[in-house]
Amino acid sequence: MNSDKITKTVLFSVSILILMLAAGMLYSLVGGAIPAFKEFGLKFIFSGEWNPTEGEEKYGALPFIVGTLMTSFGALILCLPLSFSTSLFLGEYFRGTRVARILGLLVDLLAGIPSIVYGLWGFYVLRPALIEIGFGGRGFGIFTAALILAVMIIPYATSLSNEIISMVPNDLKEAAYSLGATRLEVITSVTIPNARSGIVAGYILAFGRALGETMAVTMLIGNTNQIPTSFFGTGNTMASVIANQFGEADGLKLSSLIAIGLLLFLITGIINAAGKLIIKKMN
Amino acid sequence: MKSTFAWKDHTSRRLLKDKAVLVGVVVLSLITISPIVLIISKLVAEGYQQISLDFLIKNTPDTFEAMTAVANGEKIPGGIANGIVGTLLMVTLASAIAIPIGVLTGIYLYENQGKFMANLTRNISDILQGVPSIVLGLISYLWVVKHITNGFSALAGSVSLAIMMLPMIVRSTEETLKMIPQTLKEAALALGVPYHKVILKVLVPTGFSGLSTGILLGISRILGETAPLLLTALGSSIINLDITQPTSAVPLLIWEFYNDPNMIGLIWSSSLLLMAIVLILNIVSKQIAGKRN
Amino acid sequence: MTNTIAEVKKPILSLKDLSIAYDKNYAVKNVSVEIKKNTVTAIMGPSGCGKSTLLRALNRMHELYENISTEGEAFLNGNNIYDMSPIKLRRHMGMVFQRPNPFPTMSIYDNVIAGYKLNGIRTKKKERDEIVERSLRDVALWDEVKDSLFKKGTFLSGGQQQRLCIARALAFSPEVILMDEPTSALDPVATSKVEDLLVKLKENYTIVLVTHNMSQAARISDYSLFMYLGELVEYGKTKNMFTNPIDPRTEEYLTGKFG
Repeated sequence: MNSDKITKTVLFSVSILILMLAAGMLYSLVGGAIPAFKEFGLKFIFSGEWNPTEGEEKYGALPFIVGTLMTSFGALILCLPLSFSTSLFLGEYFRGTRVARILGLLVDLLAGIPSIVYGLWGFYVLRPALIEIGFGGRGFGIFTAALILAVMIIPYATSLSNEIISMVPNDLKEAAYSLGATRLEVITSVTIPNARSGIVAGYILAFGRALGETMAVTMLIGNTNQIPTSFFGTGNTMASVIANQFGEADGLKLSSLIAIGLLLFLITGIINAAGKLIIKKMN
Repeated sequence: MKSTFAWKDHTSRRLLKDKAVLVGVVVLSLITISPIVLIISKLVAEGYQQISLDFLIKNTPDTFEAMTAVANGEKIPGGIANGIVGTLLMVTLASAIAIPIGVLTGIYLYENQGKFMANLTRNISDILQGVPSIVLGLISYLWVVKHITNGFSALAGSVSLAIMMLPMIVRSTEETLKMIPQTLKEAALALGVPYHKVILKVLVPTGFSGLSTGILLGISRILGETAPLLLTALGSSIINLDITQPTSAVPLLIWEFYNDPNMIGLIWSSSLLLMAIVLILNIVSKQIAGKRN
Repeated sequence: MTNTIAEVKKPILSLKDLSIAYDKNYAVKNVSVEIKKNTVTAIMGPSGCGKSTLLRALNRMHELYENISTEGEAFLNGNNIYDMSPIKLRRHMGMVFQRPNPFPTMSIYDNVIAGYKLNGIRTKKKERDEIVERSLRDVALWDEVKDSLFKKGTFLSGGQQQRLCIARALAFSPEVILMDEPTSALDPVATSKVEDLLVKLKENYTIVLVTHNMSQAARISDYSLFMYLGELVEYGKTKNMFTNPIDPRTEEYLTGKFG
């Protein structure tokens, strides 16, 4: 009996570690960010200036918040037609067939490609292609970054939607068929409405992933520290500015970067929690 | 037949729409998988020639050696041994940290289904999984670089990678154990086996393939990570086995090559190697998962 | 070999040598029968005899599944069922399933009118209201739900849900209603309500009913088909078949010798 008690205690303490880890992370980020907030106040979040010159240092998070939102929403919109079609392909039209298995495998592999490899491909292949099509300048910008992000989040959006779509009960679909509906009509009037919350949750989680992507975005977004002027202009995201400006950053600059990291931590945390809540409500 | 045909019959239009959408779905699905085909073929086409035994054994050349080689039209000398060793070192260390903690936490969650603490831990673990890797790099910088090793180090890199792996292992352990029939555990307990032995000798071995799948997937995920290492391990031009010192890693090298005009020739082969290992691990773990079902 | 006593003049449904196979295994073999208009015709037999398979061939539900093949012919009012568009066919043949399956994301009103919406048939609101009220009155559900038409149907009891599904099938005023064990998931009270309903409905519709419950067939059907191992063994007026079965297999089934 005693050894059982010990075992239970060991297990309990180990899992407390996770809670301590999360709390510790929050604590350290807040601690590191305090100097920046002390200096700039809450206006830090809304300030668009980023000036590292000595003596005139002024930092603000707004350009990067805007950059993050633009690239992530852009990625979501761009990925929607592709991943939704793929979910329908896998979960409805070709469900259970060999073709679906192969396609599903290939979509999963998309998730295994490291971010830096996406960045390289985006830089050396996608960018010149975009310039050919007629994009101005050297092909960097929010749009290019959003495009590569869209490809990167496709597997996340697809796999959850696909599962939910294939779980719509067969007899509901048969009832619609028996009323004379075409396949498309069954999909729009029965399958999708019954899979609605799962589909939404999948896209929320995909969005959450897009928010935090660093390497591919850094290599394609142009790395300018002002609020982007248009969808085709250059900019920076919260993740990419940290990666970019971290080298030799100290003092106020470092604290500002940590503050941005804190914001990123909070935003992704909230989005992911929201996605999970929706999934829970569904089940 | 009956007057149903008195209605305006759009049936042919509906059938046309039906077919059109099907075609659209197929086309878009094919476009969706095209990047993976394109990326792999690009890597193979460009990177294939550079890979040799030397590539795997030698350290990276410095930028002047590379410049001279390119100017002379020769293959860039050297290799990525420092990166390979660094990656192995940090992945092993990260696994050593994450696996025990992750598995034990997974067991705790399995044993305490429905209890408040367990639910809280599970939720926090899931949210942790969504934290961007660059933020984990920041954390490891603040904890390890600043306070433990007083400088960039392999340990710092490992810690950030370990935090990445942890939630994945927790989740896959719990899911695996949940699939083991209750009767097995009860049979062992009924024989008077102490609880920790039930875990070590019955549950873990039975769930072994599920656990390994989770671990392999976790490893394949962290192998390709660059962002956190930029803030923690920094990189190095030689092989380094001292965990308190900066270390190289394959993704870090790729980043360095990308930023150095003289070394660009090396990016494709390094990426090819990295991709190959990641994909192999992915496929192997899927095979194990498949055998289980 | 079928033993058909009944001679049906101007049958509404006529099957000739209909066979249905799952991946080359024949579940229904060479069924030929003529079904009379405005009757309740029961298809009965032990589990696995092919009765549901036969029923579902009539509105071509098998075409949803790749491994099922059909041979032979079937006619609705003289028109070849397999020669027309399945979408059009299904407006003339309603179907009610074993487990009540109202669309959970639609209100009661929308469920009844679902056939029209799905087929993209434009109707004025007045027409729609009339169709919904008529169908719900036909299934004796109108008074029970008329004040909650726009709520989702999930609060209804099992029996009410099934009547809602029948109303949904009736909205098109189809010629034939196909029912696949419609009361097997319902309690006895709900079952008897549905049975009374079917007897009333046959005045305006033709009902083909698969049932595993012999007494139900005896209670409400005018004609019965007895199937065994995919073959049509006997077909005739229910009263006659139950009192004087021709085929020994029919007699064994009716006296409970097998399932």
